[in-house]
Amino acid sequence: MQAINAIFSKEFKSYFYSPTAYIILALFTALGGVFFYLTVSGFVQASFMDQMRAAQYRMAPQTLNVNLMVIRPYFYNLALISLFILPTITMRLYAEEKRTGTVELLYTTPISPAQIITGKFLAALLFYVVLLLPTMLFQALLFVYGSPEIWPVISGYAGLILMGAAYISMGLFISTTTENQMIAAIGGFGMSLLLWVVGWGAQFAGPFIGDILNYISIINHFEDFAQGVIDTSHVAYYILFVSLGIYFSLKTVESVKWRA
Amino acid sequence: MIHVEGLTRFYGEKRAISDITFHVNKGEILGLLGPNAAGKTTTMRILTCYMPPTSGRATIGGYDIFEQSMDVRRITGYLPENPPLYTEFTVSDYLGFVAKIKGVPADRRKNAIDSVIEKTNIGDVRGRIIAKLSKGYKQRVGLAQALLNNPQIVILDEPTVGLDPKQIIEIRELIKNLRGEHTVILSSHILPEIEQTCERVVIINQGRVVAEDTPENLTARLAGGERILLTVAGDEEKWRRAAEKVEGVRGVEIVPADGGLLNIKVESERDIRTELARLTVTNDMDLLELKKETFTLEDIFLHLITKEEAA
Repeated sequence: MQAINAIFSKEFKSYFYSPTAYIILALFTALGGVFFYLTVSGFVQASFMDQMRAAQYRMAPQTLNVNLMVIRPYFYNLALISLFILPTITMRLYAEEKRTGTVELLYTTPISPAQIITGKFLAALLFYVVLLLPTMLFQALLFVYGSPEIWPVISGYAGLILMGAAYISMGLFISTTTENQMIAAIGGFGMSLLLWVVGWGAQFAGPFIGDILNYISIINHFEDFAQGVIDTSHVAYYILFVSLGIYFSLKTVESVKWRA
Repeated sequence: MIHVEGLTRFYGEKRAISDITFHVNKGEILGLLGPNAAGKTTTMRILTCYMPPTSGRATIGGYDIFEQSMDVRRITGYLPENPPLYTEFTVSDYLGFVAKIKGVPADRRKNAIDSVIEKTNIGDVRGRIIAKLSKGYKQRVGLAQALLNNPQIVILDEPTVGLDPKQIIEIRELIKNLRGEHTVILSSHILPEIEQTCERVVIINQGRVVAEDTPENLTARLAGGERILLTVAGDEEKWRRAAEKVEGVRGVEIVPADGGLLNIKVESERDIRTELARLTVTNDMDLLELKKETFTLEDIFLHLITKEEAA
């Protein structure tokens, strides 16, 4: 436990020891802010138009649903930004250690590959949660000026974190296979995008393959969360995904030791 | 303390080391000497459990490097050729991290760190970021890392490479101070370094052990005599005739140089510097320079390798 904690805190701290963390944080917050502004503006315009129409036809204006029109699309936007940002969090996790030779320290001290991988995974996940914090502030504004339901917000963040964990486990795996951070980043991004769009092909494939593609697609499992539903089958999907990512990371670390 | 038997390691088709066998006693400093790519680093990486051997076995402090790898790592400190530093950390943050992964309990961590900082004399930079330190300090931080948690075994891969002469002397002194308390293996491709710090030397060439002995015996065995260099002003033939009468002389080689000077190389069975000096002066010649040639690593290798091929 002390070893996992050591790796975890070292990894988390080193994000903030380099400018990258601040750039990523700034970028994520700016993008999250722009998307938030756009969705809220769209909502404001829609409700304004609705009031005009109501006044024109002398009927009561509709109450537009903030959850449906702002929060749900906003979670999709956040999922999309995460897709682009997460590979930059995971690229250095292992590739950096290999490039600078610090793996020699890790492999010759009494600490197991499982502890190394777990510590690194948790550090990246916590950093992702930190990235999400400013967007929570944005959403808090909605509660100040309106009265949306809180539950879809909570489930939406749960979904984002689970999806992020899945992407991180995959990025970590890719980072263990190379000592070049660029390759790790591009590979991570390519794989993430592929897993995102794979569901789009489902409608053209046969029923059986279509189901499989739909199941694999990482974003399909996110939809329910954005709508305020936490379905255990989707939670299970993400947990399975993370376990596989960590398992493969472990296997590469162990096999690289053998092949050297 | 360390028993290595028949270690062999392949990288794909290429054989890096072959049947490496040696022993190190408790408290001893052993030098692994060899040219670049001889297999020193591979041997050390296997002993520190960084990678397994293709065949052969080794035990460290009674633990098998393969079966009880975690126990081996617990009692071993290792400084790789490139110190494994997280350069964005400060020295004390870095050592704190190493203490944690080495399993030093929280209450002893501060003492453990303070003690290696003192041993390696890096107290004045403990709050600095490692990336900003000089090569010499980085090397010492690397050494501090290896010594953390007071390991019984210390393995150092080329600890003085890339340092300036003053730093080399400091590191050498530091290593000498480990004698007795720690069992040390250190590698180098520089003979004087090994001579000054190690009690025993294992010479590796092309992945094989070619010799194992004390530095003194090695030099003596190799030399089988002395080589003396002189610069003399005088007559060539006269000097040669006088020198060949001295007991123990095996060969005289004279190369005339500018200004009537002679560069002379004498091979002999024993140290005959005083005789040569005297004969030069008694023959009315001027002695400008006289020195005993020290054998370089090159000589040792040439000697050992040619001997090996002849056998």
